[in-house]
Amino acid sequence: MKKEKKDESLKKRDKKYSGLQKRKAIAGYLFISPFIIGFLLFMLKPLFESLYMSFCEVTIGPGFVNKSWIGLKNYYDAFRTDPDYLVNLTDVLPQMVLYSIGIIVFSFFVSLLLNQEFKARGLVRAVFFLPVIMSSGVILGLEENNSLMAQIADTVETAVANINITDVLQEVLETAGVGTRAYRWVFEIIDNIYDIATASGIQIIIFISGLQSISSSMYEAADIEGCTKWESLWKITFPMVSSIFLVNWIYTVVDFSMRSDNDVMQKIDKVMVGELRYGPASAMAWCYFLIVTVFIGITSFFISKVVYYNDEK
Amino acid sequence: MTKSNKVEFKKYGTYWERNRASGGYLLRHDIGEVFVKFVRFILLFGMCFLILQPVLNKISVSFMEQQDLYNPIVVSIPLHFTGENYKIAAKIMSYGESLKNSIIISITIAILQTVMCTIVGYGFSRFKFPLKNLWFACVMALIIVPPQAFSTSLVIHFYNFDIFGIIKAIKGAPINLRGGVVPYYLMSATCMGLKNGLYIYLVRQFFRNIPVDLEEAAYIDGCGMFKTFVRIMVPQSKPIVTSCFLFSLVWQWTDGFYSKLFIGGKKLVSTSLASIADALGVYVARELGAANAQTGVSSQYTNCILSTGTLLVVLPVVVVYLIAQKAFVESISSTGIKM
Repeated sequence: MKKEKKDESLKKRDKKYSGLQKRKAIAGYLFISPFIIGFLLFMLKPLFESLYMSFCEVTIGPGFVNKSWIGLKNYYDAFRTDPDYLVNLTDVLPQMVLYSIGIIVFSFFVSLLLNQEFKARGLVRAVFFLPVIMSSGVILGLEENNSLMAQIADTVETAVANINITDVLQEVLETAGVGTRAYRWVFEIIDNIYDIATASGIQIIIFISGLQSISSSMYEAADIEGCTKWESLWKITFPMVSSIFLVNWIYTVVDFSMRSDNDVMQKIDKVMVGELRYGPASAMAWCYFLIVTVFIGITSFFISKVVYYNDEK
Repeated sequence: MTKSNKVEFKKYGTYWERNRASGGYLLRHDIGEVFVKFVRFILLFGMCFLILQPVLNKISVSFMEQQDLYNPIVVSIPLHFTGENYKIAAKIMSYGESLKNSIIISITIAILQTVMCTIVGYGFSRFKFPLKNLWFACVMALIIVPPQAFSTSLVIHFYNFDIFGIIKAIKGAPINLRGGVVPYYLMSATCMGLKNGLYIYLVRQFFRNIPVDLEEAAYIDGCGMFKTFVRIMVPQSKPIVTSCFLFSLVWQWTDGFYSKLFIGGKKLVSTSLASIADALGVYVARELGAANAQTGVSSQYTNCILSTGTLLVVLPVVVVYLIAQKAFVESISSTGIKM
């Protein structure tokens, strides 16, 4: 009897709050309305058109686009008939996982370094920002074809080839014969540290802006309580930037998998622009997006388990 | 106890005596600090060199005369120093004009995108409303699907632009939005620009980490929702807004995809850099006459001009970064919240 009364009073309170909740819902819609309008106007149709194309035989002539529905044939062809697609996929996906982890660890480490106080910090940060510019837009495509730069890089490389420490270390470890596969992965990351450093410019900036928003009073309190730097890294810094970790992880995976110099993307580009077979290209692209999306979904589900948000109280 | 320590501290003047008084702690602490500084210096120096090396190569090549490029002995220090490459690169890119266009378009687009994405990101972070997850899934789709994937459809879509047949009903025919700058501004204003999904997500994550207490206090004091956002949340989000602005500026600055699609008529630094090799061929043929044109331009020289052009394109953005990054440092002092 008493409980029912309580329930009733709770219901009443809910009703009382529902006015504010309603207002908040309307305000929320107003805030995101630009996005909704844009998505409906500009994205929905092209997206569905591209999806529709993947089920079609597309012929393009001067001034007309002809699509005829052929069902799942493009998808079947992509996996069973096309000689390269499956090979490219199985090549790229493990690489994606490996590099994304490497980039995240590297950029977190660097952003911790760059967030400390030292001389010429602004300059060093600018240097780490350079790869963002150098690997974006038109510059990336132009750099790949620059034979003069490749030639200079080769000259420099041959000059220092005799003093390659990682090679020696790798040989020593491999002759020891313990867990060679794990070593190989680590060494692949180390050998391609340049690629990783240039790919992590964005992530470093995102991490720094996350680190900057942590209130210094938290560190002070921890310091007074006798917390070491190492402990406060794991107990304060890590939870506070964990939400940023999630963004960075998703961005890194997407960035790596959608780079134009990636094997699968090049294959899709070849089929689409080179051979003008829009249907199969769309099918390949949508399969690839689906795989990447599922991968992102699964990993970010596990990451979001440990993400700490300040608004969930 | 503390008082006697203080007295001792004053008595022992030199470093070693102070060290002995602290039981060796002072020395250990200082050695540790020097060690950390040293390791940090080595690491940062190495990584900076790694990143800078290709850029340094470009700088040295850009000052070389043509004969140095063919000389195998010359690697990184030019034998015949010249500034001629910069003159030629600037001339064939029509640097002055394209720089002006690029500055105007990039800055306006970047500001527009940053503002809109901050608003939308805030909406996603703080409000509960029906279908929120569906719309957020759309944001994720925007992040994951690259623009190249639907570029063909987008072009056709803009060629006969229509909103569910409404325009056709009014004007009789769909309108052609291609070739103008207006549709691109429209897309930026509705968060559909280059990588805008990322900015929305970034801003959302950032706002979710700011405690709600401050907003609630503002609501109780009678501050409206939008006013709260502008007056209280935006000043706190300076670092993230700065990064969004920087990203969109850089990506717009070097972007060739949307620029070709929408702003094809205007000269931009990105598009003129992309076509610099062809432009150089035309320029050389015109300058040297038809006789020399047949031999053409060597690939080394083309790449040398290309590197020079790249430096010219990159330089303004670096300057902007050096100015903008002050916001990262200032943000700590300006945040009003203490947790």
